Amino acid sequence: MTITTLKPETAAQVTDAVRWALSAGEPLEILGSGSRRGLGRPVQAGHALDLSALSGVIAYEPEELVLTALAGTRMDLIRSMLAERGQHLAFEPPEGGTLGGLVASGLAGPRRISAGSARDHTLGIAGVSGRAEAYKGGGKVVKNVTGYDVPKLMAGSFGTLTALTEITVKVLPAPEDSATLLLFGLDDRAAVAVLDRALRSPYEVSGAAHLPAVIAARSGVSAVAGAGGAATLVRLEGFGPSVAARVTMLREELRADAVLGRDESLAVWREVRDGAGLGEGTDAQLWKLSVPPSAGPSTVEAIRRTLDVEAFYDWGGGLVWLTARPDSGTAIRAALSAGGHATLVRAPEPVRAATDVFQPLPEPLMALSRRVKESFDPKGILNPGRMYAGL
Amino acid sequence: MKMPVPDSGVIARRREIVEALRAIVPGEGVIVDENELRAYECDGLTAYRQLPMVAVLPSTVEQVSQVLKTCKAMGVKVVPRGAGTSLSGGALPLADGVLLGMGKFKRILDIDYANRCVTVQPGVTNLGISNAVAHEGFYYAPDPSSQIACTIGGNIAENSGGVHCLKYGLTTNNVLGLEMVLMDGTILRLGGKHLDAGGYDLMGIVTGSEGLLGVVTEVTVRILKKPATARAVLLGFPSSEQGGDCVAAIIAAGIIPGGMEMMDRPAIHAAEAFVHAGYPLDVEALLIVELDGPAAEVDHLIDRVEAIARDKGACYARVSTSEEERLAFWAGRKAAFPAVGRISPDYYCMDGTIPRKALPLVLQRMQEMSDRCGLRVANVFHAGDGNLHPLILYDANKPGELEAAEEFGNDILRLCVEVGGVLTGEHGVGVEKRDLMTDQFDEADLQQQQRLKCAFDPDGLLNPGKVFPTLHRCAELGRLHVHQGELRFPDIPRF
Repeated sequence: MTITTLKPETAAQVTDAVRWALSAGEPLEILGSGSRRGLGRPVQAGHALDLSALSGVIAYEPEELVLTALAGTRMDLIRSMLAERGQHLAFEPPEGGTLGGLVASGLAGPRRISAGSARDHTLGIAGVSGRAEAYKGGGKVVKNVTGYDVPKLMAGSFGTLTALTEITVKVLPAPEDSATLLLFGLDDRAAVAVLDRALRSPYEVSGAAHLPAVIAARSGVSAVAGAGGAATLVRLEGFGPSVAARVTMLREELRADAVLGRDESLAVWREVRDGAGLGEGTDAQLWKLSVPPSAGPSTVEAIRRTLDVEAFYDWGGGLVWLTARPDSGTAIRAALSAGGHATLVRAPEPVRAATDVFQPLPEPLMALSRRVKESFDPKGILNPGRMYAGL
Repeated sequence: MKMPVPDSGVIARRREIVEALRAIVPGEGVIVDENELRAYECDGLTAYRQLPMVAVLPSTVEQVSQVLKTCKAMGVKVVPRGAGTSLSGGALPLADGVLLGMGKFKRILDIDYANRCVTVQPGVTNLGISNAVAHEGFYYAPDPSSQIACTIGGNIAENSGGVHCLKYGLTTNNVLGLEMVLMDGTILRLGGKHLDAGGYDLMGIVTGSEGLLGVVTEVTVRILKKPATARAVLLGFPSSEQGGDCVAAIIAAGIIPGGMEMMDRPAIHAAEAFVHAGYPLDVEALLIVELDGPAAEVDHLIDRVEAIARDKGACYARVSTSEEERLAFWAGRKAAFPAVGRISPDYYCMDGTIPRKALPLVLQRMQEMSDRCGLRVANVFHAGDGNLHPLILYDANKPGELEAAEEFGNDILRLCVEVGGVLTGEHGVGVEKRDLMTDQFDEADLQQQQRLKCAFDPDGLLNPGKVFPTLHRCAELGRLHVHQGELRFPDIPRF
């Protein structure tokens, strides 16, 4: 329903745009490349604030482990710049989009278990609050406890607090080598028990996933698809000699069936990262559940008592990717008895407008979240309703 | 350094306040005797002391909630305290405030190996967590120097670091869940045993908030398997610049060591005289690089680090060949502060972070400042992440020396900001660096942070006078200045 798009070219123009919106009482939908528009609830705003013109890497110093860029900088540009120096964003975010969109949506991939999430790598921000005030938070060095850690609050806030104009992220050396141990034919509980053993080992496992048979069969990696059953994946990364030694030891300890070398390992974890093989080309809705790792299988079992779902596990069992028919939210959330939360990550816009996309918060926490929102954006100008109705 | 003027009206109601607290926490949990209150008059920043109006030591979450609710109703300020090891004065009491001691919260509530996490009360020590899981080969990674005494609740308040945080992260990167109480008595739970708390990352804001947002009553942290092996290499350089170049080259080679510490000549000499670690005395900079992980990796990387060091002009190199030797390498570094304490009646420990490339400039400017004010300085720092700990040597019994040391310290921190760094890397702002906040942040930055405090504590009763140099009322901070009918900005491209 966007009517006009404001496309500022400088941070000062972002302030001007928000000032106008504030004085006119006109909410704004904040966009980078628009690649994450399908996440969260649709924003009810008559105007869009398009930040894609705020593009460019301001500073990149590999030895300092930091990169500062304008928020609209495309991630493929940043990725290739980092790759040239053998570095990466360690939290393994999905590809595409802009740096601002990446931080705002707070996404992380399989390496979340060892390297943390977007929040853990966002060191500094500059932006414009819903009060139309330009401000900055955090810093541009990897170790800083000066004042509140505002950059963390921005990670995963979906543009509801601040229109980010500049972001400093921590960058790290990319692993030289990657290998994946495979175990075939395990049921969910046995698989998560194996992943637990792997994660309790001293071998620095950086990926721990389980693909039940139906999902494994859809993999583009032949060793996984051709297994004829479920595939349990354990990733080891690092320097060549180290990976080789750890593969040998852990393979024996876990009695793994096969090992994927570098290229296949990279390919299979891209699939895991992106939730590939789940409901593509169907109208099934895609959910992500974050639960205590040991509770992954029992949570899925509880859901299956009332729903027909397809699911696979990442984060050692702590992340469940799941497809279900429409209107399954209540039943899915009712199964989270061990704690955690469920997020609807793929569904048509009208559905996301009418559902709790993010798990509803207990009232005291919701009240505090509202006060936090008001402290940045008292008039609800920035992405109203994107996370929760009325916020 | 001024604290807010005590409210004489509150002090006049002391008896009434004490009675209200005694109704919540019976027996010896409310302390009014001046001699007993002495124990709480300062934290690790001993230059500042103040007796609290009263101290209260609750032992249940419900009591914490009632204490805060009651204090809010009576308009009384509250200062939370863990073990009192803060180096920035975060737990400095207020003359018109209640000191809320969390020392009775000492229980380990749950050890969950299947989910690789531990849930504890906030008064459990940092090292206590590692000790509780050591028999299974696990540990809690953040390791502040005071880990034997400091509590996990205090670690949350300060976002504590340690020598291993370049590789393993600070407190904030290792916390999964919190229970906390707001000033109005509301009990909240954030996160749990799962990753990503959901909703706004309030845990990220609370961690490192220096006791200004709420009182933490329970903490869930992740535990890691101990690395299979650890070896250290001791490297000496003819100049600090070469030492710094070596650190940069190690990181550029894709190596993130478990620990990477640097000491300058005065610190090397003080440490060697104290613990006889076998440090070379004819070098300007000493680097300790520890590599941990699988044996195959450590052996491989030790060789690479040695080669890089030679390439960068190291004039001394020694690799640990046994666990005893590795610990001996560290003994000097870990004893650096007391070692400096032996060669000077007093010392003042600073904590700033700089982009590492600015190290030579910063060391040179520090030396110039030292020459000017006549106070010596020794440097130990976390080289990997650019976190400096200059130790300024002074004698508190000489008139004016404390003030000169503080001024010298402030100049160092301003310099850190000037070169693109920050005022504090791990000790916190507290009262110590409060008045320097305007050097790093402008008014809009600080006001937005204070508005965030208003969301948690609208009356400004939790630990006021810390972190922020100016106190504002929330109503004043919340005012919007919107001018209706403002021109639409014609120079913004529109579609």
